[in-house]
Amino acid sequence: MKRKPKLLASFTALYVLWSMLPVAIAVLFSFNSGRSRSTWQGFSLRWYWGDPFSSVWHDDSLLRALRNSLVLAALTILVATPLGVGLALGLTRWRGKPARVANGILLLPLVTPELVVGTALFLVVTNSYTFLDLGRPAQLVGHVTFSLSYVVIVVRGRLLSIGPDLEEAARDLGASPFQAVRMVIVPLLTPAIFASAVLVFATSIDDFVASSLLSSGAGSETVPVKIYGSVRGGATPALNALATIMLSVSMLALVVVFAIMRVMRRRQGDANAGENSLKELASW
Amino acid sequence: MAWMALFFIVPFYSVAAVAFGQVDPIRQSAVPEWNPRYWDFTLFTDVMHRVVNGDLGTVFIRTALYVVLAVAGCVVVGYPVAYFVSREAGKWRAALLVLMILPYWVSYLMRMLAWVNLLQPQGWMAQLLSHLPAGNRNWLSGQPITVVLGLVYGYVPFFILPLYATLDRIDGRLLEAARDLGATGRQAFWRVTLPLSRQGLMAACVITALPMVGDYYTNNLLSASPRTEMVGNQIVFFLQQTTQPQVGASLVLMLSAALLVVMAGYLVSVNRAQKLVTR
Repeated sequence: MKRKPKLLASFTALYVLWSMLPVAIAVLFSFNSGRSRSTWQGFSLRWYWGDPFSSVWHDDSLLRALRNSLVLAALTILVATPLGVGLALGLTRWRGKPARVANGILLLPLVTPELVVGTALFLVVTNSYTFLDLGRPAQLVGHVTFSLSYVVIVVRGRLLSIGPDLEEAARDLGASPFQAVRMVIVPLLTPAIFASAVLVFATSIDDFVASSLLSSGAGSETVPVKIYGSVRGGATPALNALATIMLSVSMLALVVVFAIMRVMRRRQGDANAGENSLKELASW
Repeated sequence: MAWMALFFIVPFYSVAAVAFGQVDPIRQSAVPEWNPRYWDFTLFTDVMHRVVNGDLGTVFIRTALYVVLAVAGCVVVGYPVAYFVSREAGKWRAALLVLMILPYWVSYLMRMLAWVNLLQPQGWMAQLLSHLPAGNRNWLSGQPITVVLGLVYGYVPFFILPLYATLDRIDGRLLEAARDLGATGRQAFWRVTLPLSRQGLMAACVITALPMVGDYYTNNLLSASPRTEMVGNQIVFFLQQTTQPQVGASLVLMLSAALLVVMAGYLVSVNRAQKLVTR
């Protein structure tokens, strides 16, 4: 006989409401037909493409921010994913003290405030790595630096669950070390690699601090930087529209990651694949 | 690994190089000094003095105060929610888990944008609040409560998820055993669940507190007033808007040192707790 925890249940419901409602309202106002971001004047798609000057589709600065964010995220995936996979492969083979140190260094970006990492990169780029320009190159370096850790964590988790047996079997059957990795391990890792790539994408498009500190002015503004710069001014609901577009992209990424993880678990014969994937998502 | 060395360790060293470097006598700009033997600590000690008993001190204290309040807010909001989802949610569990994960994937700036819209003088929330006594003010200018609640709103998803993971791992049979031995539900919670989740709770606090310490954007978006300035604001200010990046670099070093102490304390306590468990 258990008492129903009504109080806790309503508290949780309130929390969900509190966490979702403001964002939902911001999305709603991206469809406002008036110029205000806080007074509702009816539904329209004006701020997406209807308005000939300040809609997302027609305002160059908004469109550029969108393009910058997407290009930067794509580049980050291209650099961080192979690097991270290689690092994860190396770290699982490496034993002893250097490996532990390397492990520690990899975890550092996760516990260092982004402001500290961003400042450090800003100073080094402006003072000594002058071959890197502020703007997209520097932003790319910043994004790769902190998303690398995510890739390694995800891929290494999968590597540990694969175990050394299959690779050893391949070696026994005459494969060279490189062949064993390429023909046995990499195919097994593919879902994890995809999942981490999407994760990198999502962290990159959401990032604000590194993008902002390492940007070189209006030309390399990403969407979060653009939002930061205009939200306190008299921006139109086009800003909400821009944020809503990015939100949909993130949500799409989330669905993709979830789907990949569920497939991975199904193949492993997990009966409760859906909920366990959710739990894994929650553990990042 | 070379990447991490090149873009994580070296930059960190360069912060020190700039902080302890010289000032170009003609252009008044910072010249980093790479050789530690020539490091010049005068500026650093100068900034240190300003932090200990000067204008920057209040900023540090304010930062600490806001972070402590906001983390406390996260505990008050987050613990019951994480507890409910992991223990009592029943058939709603999967759905609630999705709802816990969602805000994590909504861009932080988007969520702040949402609150700015609501708290603008014409915004729905500001209108609602203006019916309260003392509620009719500009909520987006120099209101500490807005900043602290903004931090709670921004970081609570990062708090709930790790805590949920811990609570979820607690063996339900332990609680049943407690109940069988005559504990009331409340006693079972205080004497079994809470002690078992203490590790996760601490981890969640650290995970949320660390980025909060370096946060400057929440503050700037929701208040943008010197009255609520935090350390992060000062760092960014010195870095971008003045010709004295050395001061910013010194502040970064002090902040990192302070965080290192906190982290070390946390790790020691975790270690001790683990030894207790394995013994």
